[in-house]
Amino acid sequence: MKKEIPLLITFVTGVIIVIAFFIPHQPFGRMQEKLLIWYSIVLGFTLLLGVDSLVRSNLTKISRRQPGWGYAVVLMAGFLICLVAGIASLVKYSSIIALNGPFMYVYTYIIVPLQATMFSLLAFFIASAAYRAFRARTLEASLLLLTAALVMIGRVPVGAEIWRGLPAIQDWIMEIPQMAAKRGIFIGIALGTIAMSLRVILGLERTYLS
Amino acid sequence: MKFLERMVNLDRRFIYLALVVVVALPLILKLVLPIRVSEPVREAYRSIEDLPSGSTVMVSIDYDASSEPELQPMLLSVLRHCFAKRHKVVLLGQWALGLPFGEIGLNKVSGEFNSRAQSSADSILYGRDFVNLGYRPGARALIVGLGREFRDFFSADYRGTPVDSLPLMRGVRNYNNIDLLVGLEAGQAGDEWIQFAGARYGLKIIIGGTGVIAPDMFHYLQAGQIKGLVGGLQGAAEYETLVRHHGTGVAGMVAQSTAHILILVFIVMGNIAYFVLKGRKKS
Repeated sequence: MKKEIPLLITFVTGVIIVIAFFIPHQPFGRMQEKLLIWYSIVLGFTLLLGVDSLVRSNLTKISRRQPGWGYAVVLMAGFLICLVAGIASLVKYSSIIALNGPFMYVYTYIIVPLQATMFSLLAFFIASAAYRAFRARTLEASLLLLTAALVMIGRVPVGAEIWRGLPAIQDWIMEIPQMAAKRGIFIGIALGTIAMSLRVILGLERTYLS
Repeated sequence: MKFLERMVNLDRRFIYLALVVVVALPLILKLVLPIRVSEPVREAYRSIEDLPSGSTVMVSIDYDASSEPELQPMLLSVLRHCFAKRHKVVLLGQWALGLPFGEIGLNKVSGEFNSRAQSSADSILYGRDFVNLGYRPGARALIVGLGREFRDFFSADYRGTPVDSLPLMRGVRNYNNIDLLVGLEAGQAGDEWIQFAGARYGLKIIIGGTGVIAPDMFHYLQAGQIKGLVGGLQGAAEYETLVRHHGTGVAGMVAQSTAHILILVFIVMGNIAYFVLKGRKKS
């Protein structure tokens, strides 16, 4: 029964959702709405589970002085600061994101700069990687390099200043060859997703149970 | 030979330094280049421009700080456009950490309009002209559910005010009461809006995406599933040009141009050094 009941729930739920997508009328429409509301509630609780997991694993790391425990201290400090600031904002201003509240201070002056810094580092890695790894070793690599160069230069205003035809070439690359390749990939992904979903609904794919 | 070997093995710190210089200089010197407006951005602009005054536009904030430089200028431009046309704005978000950007944008742009307003009728007021519903978990479940009833998910706005007490929300029950969705996307949420709210409920959608997301949206644009596409910082700069209010989008385009040129120069240099060395080794 340990396996049969979850398989039955998956089958019934999956079939209702599939039917309701194509026949959004009663009783399927109503059933789907109920399931989606349950899904939202479950998703809300998964956030709590995530917090629980984060706190437990990092407190364990700190108490056992495992490698990298110092980072765990920083993480827990950040977590507590955000939590306290959020509660203080909620109590004082009735909203976590009140612009003059303590949470928005933490958000604006700590969270945003840290996230922006992390993402900005990508630019440096891309520049370094482009210099070291982007070599026209084969015909395919040369074509990719040429296309990338045309898109990079045609996409920014300086491209039109160099030659007025560059933005048009960039538009054509994005709208024709890029689209053709993307469509092929997306159709493949969609077919794979449908096949995998059917396997899960029909109980042929059971790895999620273990 | 030594010079070429040095070039191939160039210390990455020189590359980083060069990038810092070419990005920082145009920003410090406030250089500006003329912006060419592309057709997908013009179509997005027309979608808002052609709505009758007083239409309801829903804006979804589906990004956080990492994508803020690209998407926040789009939000500000779209809000300026909407408020100038006296459209109503309903803002919500699928990214919890992105919602403060929505609040910052609404306050900034409504403040600009209110500083010029002569009377209450000219002002942009919370509850009457715009609302911020906040964030709810649920992703596609939320998107499908809003097609039936907003109140199932948003019984109150982000401040906890019941939505029925907000004049704007009294007439908004589901997608039938929304004239256009503007999705500002840094991830999967854009596809979900299009596939569920667009395909199932016929909601008219325009997408503002990061430079990474935008290429994935072209097939929706060609198929007519979205009415316009604003892609990356370039798209933001184009929209700023259309609404005649230059911001960080236009300001950032010279820095982006010089960074692109620098990366191309690096690629060319790296290839020249690589092939010359390879040819010499063979000979």
